[in-house]
Amino acid sequence: MTSLIKVRGLTKVFGAGPNQFKALRGVDFDVDSGDFIAVMGASGSGKSTMMNILGCLDVPTTGGYRFMGHAVERFTQDQRALLRRRYIGFVFQGFNLLARTSALENVELPLLYRGESRAARHRGGMAALERVGLAAWADHTPAELSGGQQQRVAIARALVTEPQVLLADEPTGNLDSERSVEIMELLTNLNQEGGLSIVMVTHEPDMAAYARTIVRFKDGVVLAVERREECIDVRH
Amino acid sequence: MFGTSLLLALKEIRRHKMRSFLTTLGIIIGVASVVTMVSLGNGATQSVQDQVSSLGTNMLTIRPGQGFGRGGGSRPTLFDLDDVEAIRTQIAGIRVVAPQTSTQSTAIFEAQNWSTTVAGTTNEYFQASNLELADGRLFSDAELAAGKSVCIIGETVRANLFRNTDAIGKSLRLRDISCRIIGILAKRGQGGFGQNADDQVVMPLKTAMRRLNGNQDVQTIQVAVEQQFDSGAIDDEISSLLRERRHLRPGMEDDFSIFDSKQLSDTLSGTTETLTMFLGAVAAVSLVVGGIGIMNIMLVSVTERTREIGIRLAIGAVRREVLMQFLIEAITLSSIGGFIGLVVSFAATTVISFGVGLPFMFDFGIAALAFFFSALIGILFGYFPAKRAASLNPIEALRHE
Ligand SMILES: Nc1ncnc2c1ncn2[C@@H]1O[C@H](COP(=O)(O)OP(=O)(O)OP(=O)(O)O)[C@@H](O)[C@H]1O
Ligand SMILES: [Mg+2]
Repeated sequence: MTSLIKVRGLTKVFGAGPNQFKALRGVDFDVDSGDFIAVMGASGSGKSTMMNILGCLDVPTTGGYRFMGHAVERFTQDQRALLRRRYIGFVFQGFNLLARTSALENVELPLLYRGESRAARHRGGMAALERVGLAAWADHTPAELSGGQQQRVAIARALVTEPQVLLADEPTGNLDSERSVEIMELLTNLNQEGGLSIVMVTHEPDMAAYARTIVRFKDGVVLAVERREECIDVRH
Repeated sequence: MFGTSLLLALKEIRRHKMRSFLTTLGIIIGVASVVTMVSLGNGATQSVQDQVSSLGTNMLTIRPGQGFGRGGGSRPTLFDLDDVEAIRTQIAGIRVVAPQTSTQSTAIFEAQNWSTTVAGTTNEYFQASNLELADGRLFSDAELAAGKSVCIIGETVRANLFRNTDAIGKSLRLRDISCRIIGILAKRGQGGFGQNADDQVVMPLKTAMRRLNGNQDVQTIQVAVEQQFDSGAIDDEISSLLRERRHLRPGMEDDFSIFDSKQLSDTLSGTTETLTMFLGAVAAVSLVVGGIGIMNIMLVSVTERTREIGIRLAIGAVRREVLMQFLIEAITLSSIGGFIGLVVSFAATTVISFGVGLPFMFDFGIAALAFFFSALIGILFGYFPAKRAASLNPIEALRHE
C-alpha cells in the first residue's frame, strides 16, 4: 500500500509562557492509501488537535507532514485550502454547519467552491444526503435538525466531493447505536468498495471494531498502533 | 470565481435579513438626511436671491433721516426736486432717478373702498423698481408735466375695488380728487421686502404734490445704478453730494440714509449660505452617525461572521473567494442603501420644497458625495474585519469568540 499521510515528530503548543500547553508531544503517524484507522484515547489527549493538523486546518508547532508526498508544512494558506478542497473530507466534532442555511445548501457548498454547475451541485448534494438518510430533510436549517441529524449533514458535506481521505472527528458521537451502525456501514462500504481512506476518532470500541488499524493516544503521543486482522466485513 | 462569490454574497444577504436591513438603514438615513438638508438649503438660498432680485438689483433708496423709524426729536428735512435734479446731473453711472412721495389714503370706487399707499412719482419709478404693466399704459409726458389726475393701480387694489370688472378708464376717488385709471401693474406676488408693490396707487409726482400733499417735498429718491457701475461708490458720491446740499459740516451725522439693495442681497445670500453650510454640517453629523451604525452592526456580527469564514475556509474556499464574497456583500448593501437614500431624499426634497414653497434645487453633487462616502464606510467596515478573519487558520477562525 502507498503512503497517503506521513507525519513525523509532530508537536503542537498552545498559548505562551506559564499558560503554555503541549497538546501534541511528538506524534509519528502513517495513513496508507485505503486504510481505515480508528484513533482512540482519553478526552484531552490531543486527538482533535492532530486531526485538525492532518486536515490542514491548523499548522503544527514543529514536525513534518507529508500528504501524498508533498511537504504540507511548507504550503501557503491558499495551497492548503486547495489541498482540502481537492482531497480531504472533514467531519468536525462540533459539526460546524452554516447557520440559517438549509442542509442541502450546506452539503452543496464544497461543490460550489469546486466550481460545479448548479445542476451538478443539486445532484451531488441530494445523493450525499440520501446516503446519510436525510434526503427528506434537505430544506431544513441546522437549527431545525437534531444533533444526530446535524452530524449526518456534516458527514454528507465531507463525502460530497468524493475525497481521497475522510477525516472524521467522532462522527457517531451524537448518534444512537442503530444510526451509528448505519453510518459505520456506509463508511466501511466507501472504504472497501470505493477505496476511501478513513481516519476516525472514536471513544466507542464498537465503532473502532470497523477499522483495520487502531491508534491509541495518550497525553499527546501515540501509545500503540494495533493492526487488526479481523475487522468487520460489510460485504455480504 | 466572481460568479460563485456573487451568488454566495446574495444568499448571505437574503439569509440575514435583519442584519442586512440594519446595515442598509444606516446608509439610507445618512444619505437621505445630508442630501435633503443641503438641497433644501440650496432652495432657501435660491428663494432669497429670487426675492432680492425681484426688488430690483443695484438700486439705491434715499430717505430722509437715519434708519427706519429712528430719529426722534425734530423731523428730518425732506428732499426737493432740485436734489433729484442734482443727483441726476452730477452723478455718473446712474440709469434712472425716481423721486417719490407717498401717503396713506382710502381709494374708493362706487361702494368699494380700500386703504392703500398712494405714490406720486415718474415713469422712472417703474424702471427702478422692476415693475411692469399688466394692462394699460404708463403716464404720458403731458400728464406728468401738467399733473393730470390719472393713476396706475396695483393688482391688490384692482382686485379689491373692481373684482372681475375692467378697471381701465374707470375713476377712483382718493380723498377729494378723482383720478382716472390708465394702467394696471403686473402682479409681483409675495416676496418684496417692506411695502407690497401690489398694494399701491401710483400717480404723477406733480399731481400728488399739488392735490394730495399740498407741498413740493420729495420723500424718497430711488436711484437705479448702471449695471457696470459699483453701487457702493455711487452711494458714497450721492452721500457727499447731499451732505453738501444740506450744509452738513464734517463730523456731523448724515440726516438722510441710503439703502443699497445690493448690500441687502449680499447679506441675505451670505446668511442663507451660512444656513446651508450649517444644515450641511448637521447632515454630515447624521451621515457619520449612520456610518457608526453600519460600523456597529458590522463589528457585532464579526464573531458570527468569523465562524462563517472559518467554515468556508475549512471546506475548501481560498481566501480570495471569501473576501470577494464579503466585498460584494458590502458593496451591494451599501449601494442599495445609498440608492434608497437618494430616492428618499429626492422625494423628501420635492415634497418639502413644494410644501414650504421653496424652489426645487436637488443637489446632485452632494448626492454623489454622500453616496460614495456611505458606500466607502460600508465597504471598509464590511471588508476589513473579513480580511482579518480570512487570514486566520480555519481552526482559529472557528474558535473565535
Ligand atoms: N486552541 C487551544 N488553545 C489552548 N489549548 C487547547 C486549544 N485546543 C486544544 N487545546 C488543549 O489541547 C488538549 C487536547 O485537546 P483536543 O481537542 O485535541 O483533545 P481530544 O483528544 O480531541 O479530546 P476529546 O476526546 O474530548 O475531544 C486539551 O487539553 C485542550 O485543552
Ligand atoms: Mg476531540
